[in-house]
Amino acid sequence: MEQNCAIELRDITKKFGKVYANDKVSLKVNKGEILALLGENGSGKTTLMNMISGIYFPDEGHIFVDGKEVSIRSPRDSFDLGIGMIHQHFKLIDVMTAAENIILGLEGKAVLNMKKVCEDIQALVDRYGFDLDPNQKIYTMSVSQKQTVEIVKMLYRGANILILDEPTAVLTPQEVTRLFTVLRNMRDDGRAIIIITHKLNEVLEISDRVSILRKGRYIGTVETKEATVSSLTEMMVGDKVSLDIYRPEPHDLKKRLTVEEISCENGEGVKLLDQVSFEAFGGEMLGVAGISGSGQKELLESIAGLQELTNGKVIYHARRGTDFDLSGYNAAQINELGIKHSFIPEDRLGMGLVGSMGMTGNMLLRSFRQGKGFFTRQKEPRDLAEEIKKNLDVVTPSVDYPVRRLSGGNVQKILVGREIASSPSVLLVAYPVRGLDISSSYQIYNLLNEQKERGVAVICVAEDLDMLLDFCDRIMVLCGGKLTGIVDARKATKEEVGLLMTAHKEDKA
Amino acid sequence: MNSGVKEPLVHMTKREDMSLVMKMAVRIIAILLSLLVCAIFIYGIVKMNPVQVYEGIIDGAVGTERRMWITIRDAMILLCVAVAVTPAFRMRFWNIGAEGQILLGCIASAALMIYEGESLPLPLLLLLMFVCSFLAGMIWGIIPAVFKAIWNTNETLFTLMLNYVAMQLVTFCIVFWENPKGSNTVGIINAASRAGWLPPLFGLDYGWNLVIVLGLTAFVYIYMKRTKHGYELTVVGESVNTAKYVGINVPKVIIRTVGLSGGIAGIAGFLLVSGSSHTISTSTAGGRGFTAIIVSWLAKFNVWVMAVIAFLLVFMEKGSSQIATQFGLNENASDVIVGIILFFVIGCEFFINYKLEFRGRHQEER
Repeated sequence: MEQNCAIELRDITKKFGKVYANDKVSLKVNKGEILALLGENGSGKTTLMNMISGIYFPDEGHIFVDGKEVSIRSPRDSFDLGIGMIHQHFKLIDVMTAAENIILGLEGKAVLNMKKVCEDIQALVDRYGFDLDPNQKIYTMSVSQKQTVEIVKMLYRGANILILDEPTAVLTPQEVTRLFTVLRNMRDDGRAIIIITHKLNEVLEISDRVSILRKGRYIGTVETKEATVSSLTEMMVGDKVSLDIYRPEPHDLKKRLTVEEISCENGEGVKLLDQVSFEAFGGEMLGVAGISGSGQKELLESIAGLQELTNGKVIYHARRGTDFDLSGYNAAQINELGIKHSFIPEDRLGMGLVGSMGMTGNMLLRSFRQGKGFFTRQKEPRDLAEEIKKNLDVVTPSVDYPVRRLSGGNVQKILVGREIASSPSVLLVAYPVRGLDISSSYQIYNLLNEQKERGVAVICVAEDLDMLLDFCDRIMVLCGGKLTGIVDARKATKEEVGLLMTAHKEDKA
Repeated sequence: MNSGVKEPLVHMTKREDMSLVMKMAVRIIAILLSLLVCAIFIYGIVKMNPVQVYEGIIDGAVGTERRMWITIRDAMILLCVAVAVTPAFRMRFWNIGAEGQILLGCIASAALMIYEGESLPLPLLLLLMFVCSFLAGMIWGIIPAVFKAIWNTNETLFTLMLNYVAMQLVTFCIVFWENPKGSNTVGIINAASRAGWLPPLFGLDYGWNLVIVLGLTAFVYIYMKRTKHGYELTVVGESVNTAKYVGINVPKVIIRTVGLSGGIAGIAGFLLVSGSSHTISTSTAGGRGFTAIIVSWLAKFNVWVMAVIAFLLVFMEKGSSQIATQFGLNENASDVIVGIILFFVIGCEFFINYKLEFRGRHQEER
């Protein structure tokens, strides 16, 4: 074995019950190389990385670090071998500074020399071109800065093998570019980097080689130079798929919703939405872009009647010509007015569905008040569940099987199926394809397009700009709770939208 | 395996594929094992014939008709409390105040027996006692529920504290009701006239207890499974966010559910005073409010399984007090035996949900 190899996995197998999460997977990363690990959801990427970082123990197979066989039984072992994992969710303490977080948990001498620590961190920061002040408190940082702290933390602790789990999901295009620059610097310094992602264009941009997993099995590794988006998709999905999102031209636009200068605050009086005004039309797909936490959630919840407003109006233009101001009503009252709002929230199992219930029980969520008397109806929800199962190809052992145990794609199909079953006139959707594999994503796109063609006003929040630009008719951009612009999705570029997403901050600077 | 590479000796994995027959087999094996371990304990420590001791347990619990009916009576009251706490727990409202709610029901029943025992006809008196016990328990449930719903106070501490308040209320009432004077106990209420005592039904002394508790059990079963209220409280328990999302009035559901919970516990108090002990003291509830929580959880909120568990628990309790007197064992020794059996019965659930994999085993399998 060449000494060049940083970490090698050979024939790793991990079973959960009867399911093979990983079946004889082999992987090799060299020093000074960026390897992209590509695969759909449920293909076993995370399981594999959890075995490297000591969270799971493999049932079979061998792991070699620097050419020596090792056994990783705990996160501590993994850490001692110089493996550092940067999770999607950051594990930082808000009230501490970057430097304090970085040394947290490390054994040190009796006397802590914070000045020395800061100097060491600064040296690392300068070496790789990070943008970080060691004395800044975490709670004042942006998502991208927090991620930087996590990466520097791993480097400070001497990690030579870095694993990044979906690092770009929460970043703006400009921040992604910056992250890629430092990753390249680290690679050139001889560190091994594994990046988990399912965004193909990023894979092509940053990695040297790509390893692909499908349904727990290792499919192969290719040189990035020789790969294309379609060749990678084919390896990932197993057959050829068209990657173009269908976008029907909007027609017969009818004004359905006028939002006038709405604002809302959280408990501490911080403005979450600040004087946002826009109009939504039936037959149109209106995208909402923004860095996560810019007010997207609050915007949808205000329209759905789940968020109290401090001022502003949400005017609903009913089909028969009357207008309602919804701003004073809650979700139940809006429902009673006969206004057909459907809302597909971001947190599917924590808000949109009840995880422990089956499809039937979840259909009841929207309809349990129907019918007179004390008892719930039994037949209608079951029929609806069977219908959705059949029409949307939901894979479940039975309509009474807890939805929590189904895959993300099936969960989303159930939720979307229920919400469109009430034939809404306004459909609010948050992150419709987050965490879904390619084929499920396309099914969801088709369902939403059908609604748009039926004359429904669809408002769709998403984080993936490529998808928004390909799928929506107009895109409104939020930044820090303010509306910074509405653009035509057919003409706008990614850079334009990216600038609007950070417009607010640039103003201040 | 390469030397120097160590696999953990044992690790556990989740399983979901066990058949019903296998599950029952595991449970039966667990019971047999527990009896075996108990036998070793009995023989090794107290030098007695385990078979005789087991016979003593059965004899104590169901040996005579009278003993059997007392076991059934106590099991019914335990089941009643378990059924009472179930809706609240299903809603993830950690109501550990059933003890106090029972006592409030006891106070309401006893007060009516003492003050109205002579004046009202028996059916009307009993009906009034039933309703007032329900209301008294309900109020004791609604107090913490209101605080939870409006100010989000911690219901565990709140309901626990209310238990002590309820005990003090009983002590306070005993001052007025003590009989004979100076004994500091209430004694048997209306011992001569039997006013306010639940009469026998179909010739069975505890027939009414049986009917009322089984009726309540069926009611709660249907309430949880088939009604709008039951559906709402399940959703609130699963996720408050989901409940708000579909426009459920969460505070209202909390107050209503815990009120019902407390009310049924109050009826258990009525059954204790009117249907079995015919007296009242601070220990009338006797820890049933806590035992019932165990019953409810062990049954995974299935009311019919609760009936089985409540019966088993009372069976073991009666049996162990029998062997304590019959063989001159002290109470602690019989508690050890009950403890061993419960340990095995509950412990076997682990093997139903998980399996253990030992080092190296799986490689031979392949």
